[in-house]
Amino acid sequence: MSFLTSLFTADGFLGPFLRIASYVVLAPLVGGLLAGLDRKVTAWMQGRVGPPIIQPFYDVRKLLQKENIAVNRFQNFFVFLFLLFMVFTGSIFFLGAGFLVVVFSFTLACLFFVFGGFSVRSPYGHIGAERELIQMMAYDPMIILVAVGFYLAAGSFETRSIYQAGQNGILIAYLPGILAGYLYILTIKFRKSPFDLSMSHHAHQEIVKGLSTEFSGKALAAIEVAHWYENVLLLGIIYLFFSFHPLIGVAAALGAYFLEVFIDNSYARFKWGLTLQSTWIFTLMAGVSNLVILHYLLTRR
Amino acid sequence: MSIMKKSPWIVHYNASSCNGCDLELVATLTPMYDPERFGVINMGNPKHADLLLVTGSVNARNASVLEALFDQMPSPKAVVAIGICATSGCVFAEAYNVLGGVDKVLPVDVYVPGCAARPEAILDGILRALDVLERKRLELKRPPGPAAGEGKGTGIL
Amino acid sequence: MDTLPIVIFLILFPFFLSLACLSTRTIAVRRTAAVPANLVLVGATLLLLSRTPKDPLLFIVEVPLVEHLLPFAEIAVGVLILYLALWSRRTIVALLAGVQLALGLAFEFLFASAAHASHNLFVDRFSILMALIIGILGTLIANYAVGYMAEYHRHYPEVKDRRRFFGFLLYLFLSAMFGLVFSNNLKWIYFFWEITTLCSFFLIGYRNDEPSQESAFLALGINLLGGIAFSAGILYLFHHTGILELDRMVAEGKGYALIPAALLAFAGLAKSAQMPFSSWLTAAMVAPTPVSALLHSSTMVKAGVYLILKVSPLLNGTLAGIMLTFVGGVTFLLASFIAISQSNAKRVLAYSTISTLGLIVMCAGVGTYEAAWSALLLIVFHAVAKSLLFLCVGVVEYKLGSRDIEDMDFLIVRMPKVAAMMNIGLAGMFLAPFGMLISKAVTLRALVDVHPLLGVILAFGGGATLFFYGKWMGKMVTSEPGLQSNEDRISPWEWITMVTLSGLTIAVCLLFPVITHGLIDPYIQGVYGRGPTLERFNLILIVAIMVSLLVVFPAGLLYQAFRKDYRFVGPYLSGGNLERAAFLGAMDQKRPADARNYYLANYFGESRILRIGLFLSSFFIIVMFGGVLS
Repeated sequence: MSFLTSLFTADGFLGPFLRIASYVVLAPLVGGLLAGLDRKVTAWMQGRVGPPIIQPFYDVRKLLQKENIAVNRFQNFFVFLFLLFMVFTGSIFFLGAGFLVVVFSFTLACLFFVFGGFSVRSPYGHIGAERELIQMMAYDPMIILVAVGFYLAAGSFETRSIYQAGQNGILIAYLPGILAGYLYILTIKFRKSPFDLSMSHHAHQEIVKGLSTEFSGKALAAIEVAHWYENVLLLGIIYLFFSFHPLIGVAAALGAYFLEVFIDNSYARFKWGLTLQSTWIFTLMAGVSNLVILHYLLTRR
Repeated sequence: MSIMKKSPWIVHYNASSCNGCDLELVATLTPMYDPERFGVINMGNPKHADLLLVTGSVNARNASVLEALFDQMPSPKAVVAIGICATSGCVFAEAYNVLGGVDKVLPVDVYVPGCAARPEAILDGILRALDVLERKRLELKRPPGPAAGEGKGTGIL
Repeated sequence: MDTLPIVIFLILFPFFLSLACLSTRTIAVRRTAAVPANLVLVGATLLLLSRTPKDPLLFIVEVPLVEHLLPFAEIAVGVLILYLALWSRRTIVALLAGVQLALGLAFEFLFASAAHASHNLFVDRFSILMALIIGILGTLIANYAVGYMAEYHRHYPEVKDRRRFFGFLLYLFLSAMFGLVFSNNLKWIYFFWEITTLCSFFLIGYRNDEPSQESAFLALGINLLGGIAFSAGILYLFHHTGILELDRMVAEGKGYALIPAALLAFAGLAKSAQMPFSSWLTAAMVAPTPVSALLHSSTMVKAGVYLILKVSPLLNGTLAGIMLTFVGGVTFLLASFIAISQSNAKRVLAYSTISTLGLIVMCAGVGTYEAAWSALLLIVFHAVAKSLLFLCVGVVEYKLGSRDIEDMDFLIVRMPKVAAMMNIGLAGMFLAPFGMLISKAVTLRALVDVHPLLGVILAFGGGATLFFYGKWMGKMVTSEPGLQSNEDRISPWEWITMVTLSGLTIAVCLLFPVITHGLIDPYIQGVYGRGPTLERFNLILIVAIMVSLLVVFPAGLLYQAFRKDYRFVGPYLSGGNLERAAFLGAMDQKRPADARNYYLANYFGESRILRIGLFLSSFFIIVMFGGVLS
């Protein structure tokens, strides 16, 4: 557990390069296992056996064996940029950089994926990309408010300081509403029902595969791996809230993940209007109210 | 290292089936038979799939569709004809617009007879196709011989 | 002391250029003279930059000729505006012009003898920053206009060729803008302000058809409203304190300066098309593209926020300041919402401009040193990226015959170079690591330090901005093999300007530390006594992202363009592909497979949100004046 802890602290016994390397190497393993666990738990909930936990690795390995087909020359380039910047974002997050830089780099990475969807002349791809943009518009305010909440509670935008505040138990005490709002948008980011409008996993199709329709083989494998990196980053933010005890932090992160799996299996897909409305309203109710109360409490002292 | 055998993704096309075999196929995908324990996922998109499962016989209209779908699948890929109509056209083989079974248009790797084909048989057919896939993957790795399969198409579509 | 001649040169030289433009009949002579003239202007601006004084310099400029002529010139302008309004039978505008003229005359009769200011001109880093924008962007756009207006008249042969007048107005405008940012005497600022209003009026109405005239008079009317407030503010200030200089007003005005500050802020709000005055800017998009780029995005509207920023220290901590913040906030949020539902490219850009200016006004209202810092950053980055966008849209409009975003499919294939530059501009408006995003991060911190709800406004507006720019960019990057690229008949004037501006958009991001360290930080330090800090590690990260993009993009695209191992297939159309991207639709009709953008008109429709914005902003302005009057 101290290994995990040292991943966050500024002056651990691991140098920053080692930290980046451990993220780059370990995050896809963790992410892939989480994806496999997702499918296993979903299978249990549906009364069946399900695939082995390492099935996602089998999937990626198979995808890498496939022929290189494409609709146009440049679509895979965007997916490559998506993967590259997702790895970059996760690395700088675990390095302890400014949280806003992490958020903006994250947005950039996700936008490359959207442009990948747009880059092909495909109706399914385009609608998937448009829906992905609507999803981004839906969750973007909340993620900025998470940054604002961290700033108010910890006094700084630096992930290092936020981690410190988390260790002192400040974050969870001051920001319960922000956490609730973050869990809400986590459903969008993990592409779980009810918010899997743009790119469905497995059997929940509506616009075929949406954003990822025109990608195959190595590009599809890259998308999958980039999502693993992304999931680890997003769960890392949950860990921040509970970093006062590493075990609780990891348990909370896993708990959030399985909560999302549970929600995935319980809900049908929302329409985009309902997605946008409900997310913004929940952001206001949970996130903004938390911030206003916190501000009032902090300035009263 | 049986890479293809561990993760077969399917796309299903109903050529001109009465939907009997389609229903049986969908039933195969339910928790009762749980194909996902073998890694089978219904992708619905040829670009993501390894196996093309076809039900129903081929006619003049859907011949081009089948070709387009097959073309958009990346190698290694295999075709499974489900039901007797897809295998040979069955009682409809003499109809004026029916060309026959799927093998009139595409190279079929596994035939699953039946009317309607039973879920257990369909699952068995999918699993036999896995061996075919693995063999094709190894063939692709070897230098292309005169009998090379559908590896590098011309991409006319 | 070396800076005063350059300042005077910058104010007067464009004026002589404008007269030269008007008098030279041969277009070839104008074109040939334009290049060295523009270069001289840019050179002078850069020379001024090199001689940046450490502290603000106030110049005693006592030229009796100017002192006598200025009131007459001012009255003449007022009479001209009144005449134009009456001649076109626009009663409201005529009424406003009359009131403004009356205020001007009143000042002359009441105070002419006593009104005397010595420190009429000044130079500080903020005005040098503005001068850089005016000088560099202004000359680049004037350059572009040479090629653009030729094409304009080819496209619209029914429009009378008044390019001499156009050039005259353009350079007169530049002269007035220089005068505006270098003047310390409020009367002078007001005079230059009115000149810019007049230039805007004639430039919007260049085409001389019904919609252009409507838009021109709308702009005139609203800016007259601002001008009246400005004039009234000067009157009030002089009557109570005898102060006529801006720096003295901020430093010594005390209680009496509050009402003039609010009035000047009101004038700035009108000039910067904040709600409820935003309609003139969206209507002004009928003007030729160089006008939109120069006046209505990078320069003239910046004069409005410039004035607001200058007087904001006076409003700091008052109810009026808070109301100003809310006006800016409402404008920022609602304008970005409306932009989602617009498909006309210039309208989207107009609302985006209004939105960014709203953010700057919000920072001005907040009044902390951090907020002022972010405001200056926003001014710089927005001016560069937005003018690039307008110019690219102008070129694209000719090739496509439409300025609708829905017609910009496959632009990356049809017009690769222009689309690439447009993508740089679009990215420059909302993507990391470009400047606007850095400014937004800084602004977030500045706003949250005052109250988190202000940060909430930024968060939601930022989400909306992401959406409407993202879908525009996506529209353009669709790649379709087999389409012909058609980029001929774009003049070298236009190419040079667009390429330079693209380079500038990237450069200002890379040079961000230099710009802040050299110009912005010292200014903030001087006015507020504190300087902002930015974590160096984060800066390195941002520059690293930019550098990696600059390297990875060309390399990756080249690699993709030349690799041979792809097998190309059609898009997924359920197997029904005919020739790649077409399918057999209903009634066996062959149809192309296309998709349109989402415009979400039910949620973000212009009329509904505009109404909300008008109501809220008017309410806040009323309270603002209530606050200062009590």
